[in-house]
Amino acid sequence: MDIGKKIGLTYGPPTRNAFGNALKEVGAQNQNLVVVDGDVGNSTRTQYFRDEFPDRFFNVGIAESNLIGTASGLWASGKDVLAASFACFLLCNAYDQIRMSIAFPQANIKLMGSHSGISIGEDGPSQMAIEDIALATALPNFTVIVPADAPSTKAATHAMFDREGPVYLRTGRPKVPVLYDENLDFNIGEAIQVRDGSDISIIACGLMVAIALEAAHTLSEEGIDARVIDMHTVKPLDTDAIVKAATDTGAIVTAEEHVLEGGLGAGVAHVVARHKPVPMGFVGIDNTYAESGKPEELLAKYGLMPEDIVQKVRGTLKKK
Amino acid sequence: MIKNNQSDQENIEQLQKITKKLSRQIIEITTRAGSGHPSSSLSAIEIMVALYLGGIMNYRPDEPGWPDRDRFILSKGHAAPGLYAVLAEAGYFDPEMLLTLREIGSPLEGHPNMRVLPGVEASTGSLGQGLSIGLGHALAARVDGRDFQVYVMIGDGETNQGQVWEAAMTAAKYRVSNLTAILDYNKFQQTGSVNHVMPTLEPLVEKWMAFGWHTTEINGHVFDDIFSAIRNAQATDNRPHIIIAHTLKGHGLSPFEKDDVNRKHGKPLTEEEKAQALEELEAYSYDQKITSFEQRPNPNIEPPERRQ
Ligand SMILES: Cc1ncc(C[n+]2csc(CCOP(=O)(O)OP(=O)(O)O)c2C)c(N)n1
Ligand SMILES: [Mg+2]
Repeated sequence: MDIGKKIGLTYGPPTRNAFGNALKEVGAQNQNLVVVDGDVGNSTRTQYFRDEFPDRFFNVGIAESNLIGTASGLWASGKDVLAASFACFLLCNAYDQIRMSIAFPQANIKLMGSHSGISIGEDGPSQMAIEDIALATALPNFTVIVPADAPSTKAATHAMFDREGPVYLRTGRPKVPVLYDENLDFNIGEAIQVRDGSDISIIACGLMVAIALEAAHTLSEEGIDARVIDMHTVKPLDTDAIVKAATDTGAIVTAEEHVLEGGLGAGVAHVVARHKPVPMGFVGIDNTYAESGKPEELLAKYGLMPEDIVQKVRGTLKKK
Repeated sequence: MIKNNQSDQENIEQLQKITKKLSRQIIEITTRAGSGHPSSSLSAIEIMVALYLGGIMNYRPDEPGWPDRDRFILSKGHAAPGLYAVLAEAGYFDPEMLLTLREIGSPLEGHPNMRVLPGVEASTGSLGQGLSIGLGHALAARVDGRDFQVYVMIGDGETNQGQVWEAAMTAAKYRVSNLTAILDYNKFQQTGSVNHVMPTLEPLVEKWMAFGWHTTEINGHVFDDIFSAIRNAQATDNRPHIIIAHTLKGHGLSPFEKDDVNRKHGKPLTEEEKAQALEELEAYSYDQKITSFEQRPNPNIEPPERRQ
């Protein structure tokens, strides 16, 4: 991908790799941590943990409902648990198990779904999670984190294990631009303003933060001064940051690699409508499944490129 | 229904030739695409060739929705390159299109999509779901009084999924004799061998029998075996049938064999490996019977004593 290169961003490892490395660190610190895999550890990078701590690693086979149930039993008997798979199979194949065996009993289980969004590319729509944020945020008691780059994924991985209760961490397949340095200040539920601006706020998560930064750069050339906010925690949302953005800039555009229903945009709109109504625009996947293709081609075809955010900003500003 | 000439030596030699051609295509188009699952496609290729091109299945490429057609469902959808090569050869689309595998705008997606490619009977790629879909087709035939066969190809790793066994139990309940499952027993799944990931898949034949299925165990690379298994399947009344096909993930070609973790699962060959594989494929003779039949994972557990 070339996204962000023209504004000087350099590429780092995929967020799933950053997760895998951080998981290994957590495993070294916490002997009580066990990891459960659904035969995709080489893809989700839980393999890094397995190679280091094979006795605390269980591969339950290609069986996501079994994965969640086993995780729940391990938790109920006192273990700290991480369960991982592709985001689509984890959330979609095992949703009732997640509901009954994790969300309902408020189990202290951490879930990691990799290969989120359409930027996985060629494997195609059956492997792309584009509904997972809606599913995860709908669950009472859940925390949902969608980090933007490798350093913030590392920080998010450590932070989620310090948090009591169920957490869903969403990572991606491709290499992505680096936005933060290694010792960033990362707190669950506290958005990070990555660019200040006064005309409009772009609130994004995951890969879309880098894309929003490139859009903001283009907009600045047109004299539009956009604030960019990394809303890495999609649940609970940082209400203060959203209200402040609405108050300071008077318009908001959201951007996510997810369907428009039930994701970041819907959540932000909920806060905006309740606390500080301002014109809003929404960038996301519009009521369709994608297809196979190269990541950047797909982002373009399904309306997730910097130009798409730029256009949405222009349209939203007209309503101000 | 099986046509009577299909086990002619001449016919089989023709099918072997076609298999080699399609195997070459599988290797070439995945390397060209830079991603995909050639080894998973190659283990299943003779079976798909026999079904579509060996006179077993009834279908009309110019009328993909013909209600009386036999159905084939590739439940292990990642073997799509194999299915696409076979569908092209069967006349569903121009083989030139194979070169667009995994490209944007192409109906030849990474996993089969029934909405964009005529001939694809089910959208698959999330493992575990195909056998239930096949059961639905088989029951529809009963309700509508139609006489078609349903074939579902599942992976050995795929049978980790509970849904496979849910479908197995239900198919036996309804005694659907027009449903045939084919298990591609290539002994490998994603992160390792079946022996490593789920050794308790064995005893496999006994499991399916216990679920009420007729079983036939074959070498899935030998056409004679495939045809006689299909004949067996069609001769069984009142029960679903499963063909447990011992195969080699990557068809025994050395670039795949070298990877003893997962036979290069989900990885195309490099240009260099491709040249090697194509050379071996060219030289491959069907007279040298593939000897995978005896390789069984070791469950390391004693079956429980039966109570009298
Ligand atoms: C529900 C689900 N979980 C995980 C995956 C990821 N995955 C793709 S192929 C594969 C291994 C399949 O093994 P097997 O069924 O033995 O097929 P083979 O490639 O050996 O033919 C896995 C785990 C998936 N496609 N679907
Ligand atoms: Mg297999």
